[in-house]
Amino acid sequence: MRWRRTTQETRAAGAAGRKDLLFSWFALPAAGILALLLGTLLLLAFGANPLTAYRALVSGAFDGTYALTSTAVKAVPLLLVGAGICIAFRANMLNIGGEGQIAMGGLAATATALAVPSLPAIILVPLVLLAGAVGGGIWGAIPGAFKAYFQVNEILSTIMLNLVAVQFMNYLLSGPLVANSGYAVGGLIPQTKLLSRNAWLPTLIAGTQLHLGVLIAVLLAVGVYVLLWHTGIGFRIRAVGLSRDASRYAGMSVRPTMTLAMTLAGALSGVAGAMLVVGSVSHRMVTDGTLTGFTGNAGFNGIVVALFAGLNPLWTILTSFLFAGLLVGGISAQVITGVPADVVTAFNGLVVVLVVSVEFLRRRARARARAAAIAGPDPGGGGEIPETGGEMPGTEVPA
Amino acid sequence: MSHFLTAAVLTATVAAGIQLATPFLLAALGETMGERSGVVNLGVDGIMLLGAFGAYWVAAKTGSLVLATAAGLGIGLVMGLLTAFVSVTLKAEQGISGIGVFLFGLGLTNVMLLKLFASPVTIPALPAVRIPLLYRIPYFGTMFFTQNWLVYLAFVLVPVLTFVLNRTTYGMKIRAVGENPAAADTVGVSVSRIRYSTVILGCTLAGLAGATLLMLVGIFQEDLTNSEGFIAVALVYFGAFRPLGVMAGSLLYGMVGAVVVTWKTLGIIPTSASDIASMAPAVLTVLALLFVARRFQQPAALGKPYLRGG
Repeated sequence: MRWRRTTQETRAAGAAGRKDLLFSWFALPAAGILALLLGTLLLLAFGANPLTAYRALVSGAFDGTYALTSTAVKAVPLLLVGAGICIAFRANMLNIGGEGQIAMGGLAATATALAVPSLPAIILVPLVLLAGAVGGGIWGAIPGAFKAYFQVNEILSTIMLNLVAVQFMNYLLSGPLVANSGYAVGGLIPQTKLLSRNAWLPTLIAGTQLHLGVLIAVLLAVGVYVLLWHTGIGFRIRAVGLSRDASRYAGMSVRPTMTLAMTLAGALSGVAGAMLVVGSVSHRMVTDGTLTGFTGNAGFNGIVVALFAGLNPLWTILTSFLFAGLLVGGISAQVITGVPADVVTAFNGLVVVLVVSVEFLRRRARARARAAAIAGPDPGGGGEIPETGGEMPGTEVPA
Repeated sequence: MSHFLTAAVLTATVAAGIQLATPFLLAALGETMGERSGVVNLGVDGIMLLGAFGAYWVAAKTGSLVLATAAGLGIGLVMGLLTAFVSVTLKAEQGISGIGVFLFGLGLTNVMLLKLFASPVTIPALPAVRIPLLYRIPYFGTMFFTQNWLVYLAFVLVPVLTFVLNRTTYGMKIRAVGENPAAADTVGVSVSRIRYSTVILGCTLAGLAGATLLMLVGIFQEDLTNSEGFIAVALVYFGAFRPLGVMAGSLLYGMVGAVVVTWKTLGIIPTSASDIASMAPAVLTVLALLFVARRFQQPAALGKPYLRGG
């Protein structure tokens, strides 16, 4: 393929290909910048000086050991849920059930820690995390199997299972899982009693919140990357996501693969739930009775970070840290500017809408760039297509 | 239990159930129109929140419930335009863009609640309108014909939308675009125009559903909808994409909600058990999805953006 064409057409194709390629690279950052601009408008509308707000946000999130470690800890559930979303969405399973999967993981972990509190830490900590994975995994496997075998729309079933999980959690935390002494002052906060010290995630830097979970989460994200791009299972997951029919023709077991992708996604969210319990400052399971009381909306924010990372678990490590910075820094910005930190939630919503809005244009640009490259790369090799794996699977019917 | 089985309590519970069903019904009917044309809008919950907050603010400022209702409708309309632009013109993945709209609505209404309301304000309930003659029917009059006008509107929409979908040219175009957009396009139906219209109608009804919910509760609080918008989307599947089925599902949700509240008030079940009881509709919905998915066909082009020649 080292031949060159010198006609006008080829040069035009090459130039167009390069333009399309640039677009496909910069579409996501551009969506982020657009979201920032809209966020700035929001801040202005609420009467805050955006520069002051952003400065407070950045220093609150990233300035100094305390800020950085808080952000890293905040990033843990986002990263785990996000890595799971990478698996599920790559299999074209739109898992919106992170919230429920986190809650079930947290409950399973808590129950385990309460059941066998005297096991040594070296056994109890892995056991608790494993229990979280099982709890969340089951909560992901149900909608996964329903979709694979009975064509039940997974978006709706995961949302419904979120509601079930939260009500189940509220039930357990207002009765069965609560030791009488465990109720906080006034009995208003539903929470379990303090968990055995052996179940606590060890702290990495004394005096900070930074716990072992941060390392585990990063390792798991790398593991997801290896799974997706360097194993047969990962290949099947991605193939099924791109075309179920083609995968079936190729002899792949499509239904078990769909179920597996949802189970893995749920298991990762479940580990996040376990870490929210044994890695928290209070070392117990606490909620406030609302949907987000325990999860802190991580089930949804995990989708945001995964999408912004182009469904690549390695990039998700970075984006989860950035978005955790928003959550942590948003509180500092609230203190200084008086704009409630919930503005971050609204901003995340904008990011999701913008990212999926540019996704179609991005995919079309990549297809064009590829076509231009096949037609003939221009001198200098500008038409070479790197395999970034940043595409989302095609839009398929939520059945 | 004997307290529950008295005529007065039972009629009051049914009447309350119908009221609770109304926001579900309005939102789900709107979503039905969009889905029949092939567009899933998962942002219903966010739009309901925005509509409810808009209605709250207007009601608190002006004291007029009519203006508050209009605010809900207007916000729904604007969000409908945006949703249609993202889903139809930009062809975004609908299952996910809706989650973005939800997060946007959730975050924005929380911020505005904290910024604009130093102390909570309660707004008056919508007055009940008695339907002449019918309201005198014993028991049934109290249950069905002593409701506010938004309740009547929601239930009147059921036959109206059924008629529109099945007996009008517009309805036929909606169904054609939802089943086979390429064929509809070939015979000169503008796929995007039909989808814009249904999505805007759906979102406007979602905004109205939010306003209705607000007037039912009387005050705006964080995450007022508590996932009602998502449930409304599920109810469309539950109701097999038909207005009548959607109404049945909405009533089921409303009735379960009302019964649980009544039981709790009467002390028939402890608070902890009510958490278990509130799980029932969601579990039932998942099972219904299982049944409906096997029995009824969804619109063939549901969730698929239309690409001419693609």
